[in-house]
Amino acid sequence: MTATLESTSDTLTMAGALNRALADALGEDERVLVFGEDVGTLGGVFRVTDGLAARFGETRVFDTPLAESGIVGTAIGMAMNGLRPVVEMQFDAFAYPAFEQITSHLAKLRNRTRGAVELPIVIRIPYGGGIGGVEHHCDSSEVYYTHTAGLRVVTPASPADAYALLRQAIDSPDPVIFLEPKRRYWEKETVRLDHRSSTLDRAVVRRSGTDVTLISYGGALGITLEAAAAAAEEGYRAEVIDLRSLAPFDLDTVAASVRRTGRAVVVHEASRFCGYGAEVAAQLSETCFHYLEAPVLRVGGFDIPYPAPNLEKHHLPNVDRVLDAIERLQWDDAAPLTNTEA
Amino acid sequence: MTTTERTAASFFLPSEEPLGLINADGAPVAEPALEMPADDVLLRLHRAMVSGRRFDAQATALTKQGRLAVYPSARGQEAGEIGSILALRPQDWLFPTYRDSMAVVARGVDPVEVLTLLRGDWHCGYDPYRANVAPQCTPLATNTLHAVGFAHAAKTKGEDTVALVLLGDGATSEGDTHEALNFAAVWQSPVVFLVQNNGYAISVPLSKQTAAPSLAHKGVGYGMPSVLVDGNDAAAVHAVVEQAVARAAAGGGPTLIEALTYRVESHTNADDASRYRDRAEVEAWLTRDPIARLERYLTDRGLLDDAAREEISARAETEATSLRERMNTDTVLDPADLFRHVYAEPTAALRRQAEDLTAELSLGAEE
Repeated sequence: MTATLESTSDTLTMAGALNRALADALGEDERVLVFGEDVGTLGGVFRVTDGLAARFGETRVFDTPLAESGIVGTAIGMAMNGLRPVVEMQFDAFAYPAFEQITSHLAKLRNRTRGAVELPIVIRIPYGGGIGGVEHHCDSSEVYYTHTAGLRVVTPASPADAYALLRQAIDSPDPVIFLEPKRRYWEKETVRLDHRSSTLDRAVVRRSGTDVTLISYGGALGITLEAAAAAAEEGYRAEVIDLRSLAPFDLDTVAASVRRTGRAVVVHEASRFCGYGAEVAAQLSETCFHYLEAPVLRVGGFDIPYPAPNLEKHHLPNVDRVLDAIERLQWDDAAPLTNTEA
Repeated sequence: MTTTERTAASFFLPSEEPLGLINADGAPVAEPALEMPADDVLLRLHRAMVSGRRFDAQATALTKQGRLAVYPSARGQEAGEIGSILALRPQDWLFPTYRDSMAVVARGVDPVEVLTLLRGDWHCGYDPYRANVAPQCTPLATNTLHAVGFAHAAKTKGEDTVALVLLGDGATSEGDTHEALNFAAVWQSPVVFLVQNNGYAISVPLSKQTAAPSLAHKGVGYGMPSVLVDGNDAAAVHAVVEQAVARAAAGGGPTLIEALTYRVESHTNADDASRYRDRAEVEAWLTRDPIARLERYLTDRGLLDDAAREEISARAETEATSLRERMNTDTVLDPADLFRHVYAEPTAALRRQAEDLTAELSLGAEE
């Protein structure tokens, strides 16, 4: 962690905050490289790498051939030879050709070599829906990565967090899957540019409450906060936790909240079956059973391939579904939502 | 990043016939396209191949004694394994596969450490940075990309390092090989790709693997100089790899080499090669043995006599005995190792799981 002498801040979008984090990292450490498809001259399809190639040169920021396994595989070799690559997978589902390199090598080389090989690599993946994207552009692919030991998986939900988390991810000695909720790229916020004090693996309470704990992350955090505000009007004081880090999972922060509220809902965009919410619900039932007034509920997408853009609004969790879950939790025989049973 | 200028395809084409220096009968090839390595290099190649074959036989025996879970023999491929390794400079890196234990040993890694993977104690038994050898790669072709990335980083940092990556004929069908050849050619990375075409990917023969005239021909499509070499001729393999390393080090970019050879044994000790190939085919290849031909050549030239052969053989035997003795001890593994080296620091969840296992084990000890 680098000490910063004076604090600066700026009003930035999430895409702008990520761009600033990359620029600051490139400027501070010459081992950092940024590469991928269209990240050079174009500045990335979401402009997250805008201007970096011009500023840092083609040796530091460059376009690769169109090949995701090639991008991750060569990043592994570069990291073995002392560099710190930050690579971009253009969209969530485009990362699947790199899956073997990620699961078989990126996640395991430290372990295979008893710690001799360290791979400080960040794989940035714009993920999730809500932007009217066509197929293969909207997947919530987080659990493929969280299920793989050796990877860290993080996802920011705000511009400030995007800056801080990406700086920490680049500093991390472990490989980090950095999931960027693309529906939040254009949200603006004042970002403290020295904000690197929070740790990479901690959840944060975004709204305090006493009646129910809403647990969310990334793209779904927005509607979760909206739902908490709407619930307040109906008399329910909902606490909202932003997980930020999906692997490792900050059980302590979540369990402390649930032990106070006795009720929990996990909200995410991904399909519910074997989704991230299933893990959260399982860990809460194992550690908070005697504090729970009702079963842990999940609000997520349906168990379907990500739908066509004109139908996605029916698939994605919305405020009403979260409110409905909160309502159900208030009954003694709280029942699960009906949209899911596999 | 430099982009290759457009060059005539013929520049990248391999020869019609494999390049060679020493024929199967030990006679020098007439009008060779390569320069014969110096006598002392040939003698080192011979000695290392004899040691390599003895190591391979010892490892095979260790599977029969239950000391190794599995062993993929490289018998018959000594020229490819040793010829290439002895052409590397100390600062160069090797990216081997699971069949290349012989090459890793020739690179200077302790044979016991090389066999740690196959004994089942840990996934890689050696520190890659000690002898510049990446972990032996089990998934096919994934190591090709690691080699390109490593070499690219070396070039970026201005280091004089070349990466040699070993792969087999089956691996050339994998997407990663395509991506690695393409990246390396576009980036002009200092990499040498050595395909040891040993005829079979487990049971699938080359004719069902590719329709290309040769695997070396694949280099043309990427804009990469390509070489077809007699993979049972250690002198020729050494010469082409040395040339490719020198070109890469001088900024000339990558080379694809196909070494035409044969896997004399089954895929591993668990495989039964008689189900998919004739004994006659194996026997025909045994007449092209890489050690016998170099031995004959060196003897004919007066560089090797009976006394020297006996000394070399005795030394290989001593090495094998030492390996056998060291492998015949039961290793003691620490269960807590399960949780080490997953992350730089164990996560809270891993610490809890480690405590659970410790409690379980101490409970078991009380019973």
